[in-house]
Amino acid sequence: MDLYEYQGRDLFERHGLPVLAGGVAETPEEARAIAERLGGRVVVKAQVKVGGRGKAGGVKLADGPEETVARATDILGMDIKGHTVHKVMLAETADILEEYYFSYLLDRANRTFLCIASVAGGMDIEQVAAETPERVAKVAIDANKGVDVATAKEIVAKAQFPAEVADEIIEIAIKLWRAFVAEDATLVEVNPLAKVASGRVLLLDAKITLDENAGFRHPDHEALVDQSAVDPLEQAAKAKDLNYVKLDGQVGIIGNGAGLVMSTLDVVAYAGERHGNVKPANFLDIGGGASAAVMANGLEIVLSDPSVKSVFVNVFGGITACDEVANGIIQALALLEQRGEAVTKPLVVRLDGNNAEAGRAILDGAANPLVERVDTMDGAAERAAELAAAGV
Amino acid sequence: MAIWLTKDSKVIVQGMTGSEGSKHTRRMLAAGTHVVGGVNPRKAGTTVDFDGTSLPVFASVADAMKETGADVSVIFVPPQFTKAAVVEAIDAEIPLAVVITEGVPVHDTAAFWAYNVEKGQRTRIVGPNCPGIASPGASNAGIIPADITPAGRIGLVSKSGTLTYQLMYELRDIGFSTSVGIGGDPVIGTTHIDALAAFQDDPDTDAIVMIGEIGGDAEERAAAFIKEHVTKPVVAYIAGFTAPPGKTMGHAGAIISGSAGTADAKKVALEAAGVKVGKTPSETARLMREIIQSR
Repeated sequence: MDLYEYQGRDLFERHGLPVLAGGVAETPEEARAIAERLGGRVVVKAQVKVGGRGKAGGVKLADGPEETVARATDILGMDIKGHTVHKVMLAETADILEEYYFSYLLDRANRTFLCIASVAGGMDIEQVAAETPERVAKVAIDANKGVDVATAKEIVAKAQFPAEVADEIIEIAIKLWRAFVAEDATLVEVNPLAKVASGRVLLLDAKITLDENAGFRHPDHEALVDQSAVDPLEQAAKAKDLNYVKLDGQVGIIGNGAGLVMSTLDVVAYAGERHGNVKPANFLDIGGGASAAVMANGLEIVLSDPSVKSVFVNVFGGITACDEVANGIIQALALLEQRGEAVTKPLVVRLDGNNAEAGRAILDGAANPLVERVDTMDGAAERAAELAAAGV
Repeated sequence: MAIWLTKDSKVIVQGMTGSEGSKHTRRMLAAGTHVVGGVNPRKAGTTVDFDGTSLPVFASVADAMKETGADVSVIFVPPQFTKAAVVEAIDAEIPLAVVITEGVPVHDTAAFWAYNVEKGQRTRIVGPNCPGIASPGASNAGIIPADITPAGRIGLVSKSGTLTYQLMYELRDIGFSTSVGIGGDPVIGTTHIDALAAFQDDPDTDAIVMIGEIGGDAEERAAAFIKEHVTKPVVAYIAGFTAPPGKTMGHAGAIISGSAGTADAKKVALEAAGVKVGKTPSETARLMREIIQSR
């Protein structure tokens, strides 16, 4: 889960890291109240989970509450690279003397964590790394040893931070690592980490990603999810414990196993190239068991998507036998009918693997006119795309 | 022969008394796996009956190894307890620990991996979030269905469970030496490269199927390894060509971040290393069939 900047600022503040006072507003009037509280000049920053907002005009200075209202009015509702601005963060300003870069992140390739630090902050770090790699320090962090004073000193030395800020950055490096671990983050990026006129070093931006697998240790993280930005179908699916991702095509996809479903999306997209360019409408993995109730919940979500014109149910019976899956599909359709949901969209079902023939016989026996059986993944994808194209 | 898991492997189950653990212990026994016991400190000294096979429960992995000579542990404990279970397996220096559990926080995985490195990597960790290892006809450690395919001479390594089953099924007339599900998490104990190296050295494996998916650069690194070290034919499949960036597709590790982790980049890297890459699972199976038949 990626956090907004204001959520990151709050998180840093909670962990005792030096940040500027600030607040978040959804309306110009809320912005006014925060500006009055902060006093003096404030910076108004669009809250979007995409880079380049400054260039897009999403960051403005304002002197006093009236100007703050005007700037907030300008920025709220703006479109930045396809993201609508629903919130602005307001913060005190500071005279920046130097801008640095500092981050901790998961290093998948080396199966450890990594600190990246640079005195060339305030700009795109990937560009800095490409143009002047000698100005970007990378220090591997042992997951169990973490960042102690010695490691922090190593980071400061490698990144060649100026002597007058070394002690402050050592303290920040240690506290930021503790926050990274305590919150189960996979990324904390501070750009810029700035030396300001008062001589202090402050964290002036925050890009944070939290590990959703660690949710069981962080009941408070649930509140950080921006429900307004979550697709309503994804929200409904999550409430039913389904692993669903909304996409923008016409062929509904239900399958068992993340890899198989991902593969199904590809095969349907290829087939769509031959049938009116239809595409997968969603990713939905109903898992290994694929019981009737789960199948019914999945079908309900997929069929409630108005852009869906046909549904492809792609199941490989591994431990679960295909006859159970076939019964699940038939029961799911009956269950939906009981719930008063009229199923009118065609379903293409491919069953393979454990007890496939018994499963296919059950589907044939039920003779539901909406259910069509195709026994290969490629053939079923082709048929589902064809039906979707006909229904568009 | 097979890699890592053979008919002589003696398997214990951490979490055998839980619902998933007991269900799959029964399945593994039915598949002919030599399961010799389970671990649960609260139930140590008791036994559990699996359709007539009575298995002892031990207080620790170390106790179980001492009493039974076990050399493989399959871990089914919930995510909250996975790190402790793997650390216990590492401390006991069991040669192979297969971590089935899904949803393990990546800080926990990074921590047990760092601990394993510190201890000299005496334990091969497979997973987490993986279906396990199956050497058809010999042994089965995890949740891979045992009856998809008989033994044969193809080796398979995969990030995805169901795609593993799909490919095993499509090539069941040829058969497999060993299938290794390495899991779809961002940090895993055994990589494509580890499995490729083992298959290259396995006299009973003639050709290798490698299944990857979007996210990270493990497939690119595997491609570099294949170019240098693998002389056996390799056929690959990558899932997620049409996945949009920034969306996690089921597996915690399956996400395209910026321009990194795309299926296209992986395909290009693999083809540059001489690997044939199928566009679909069925095309991948066909490519492998052609290789086997031309031998």
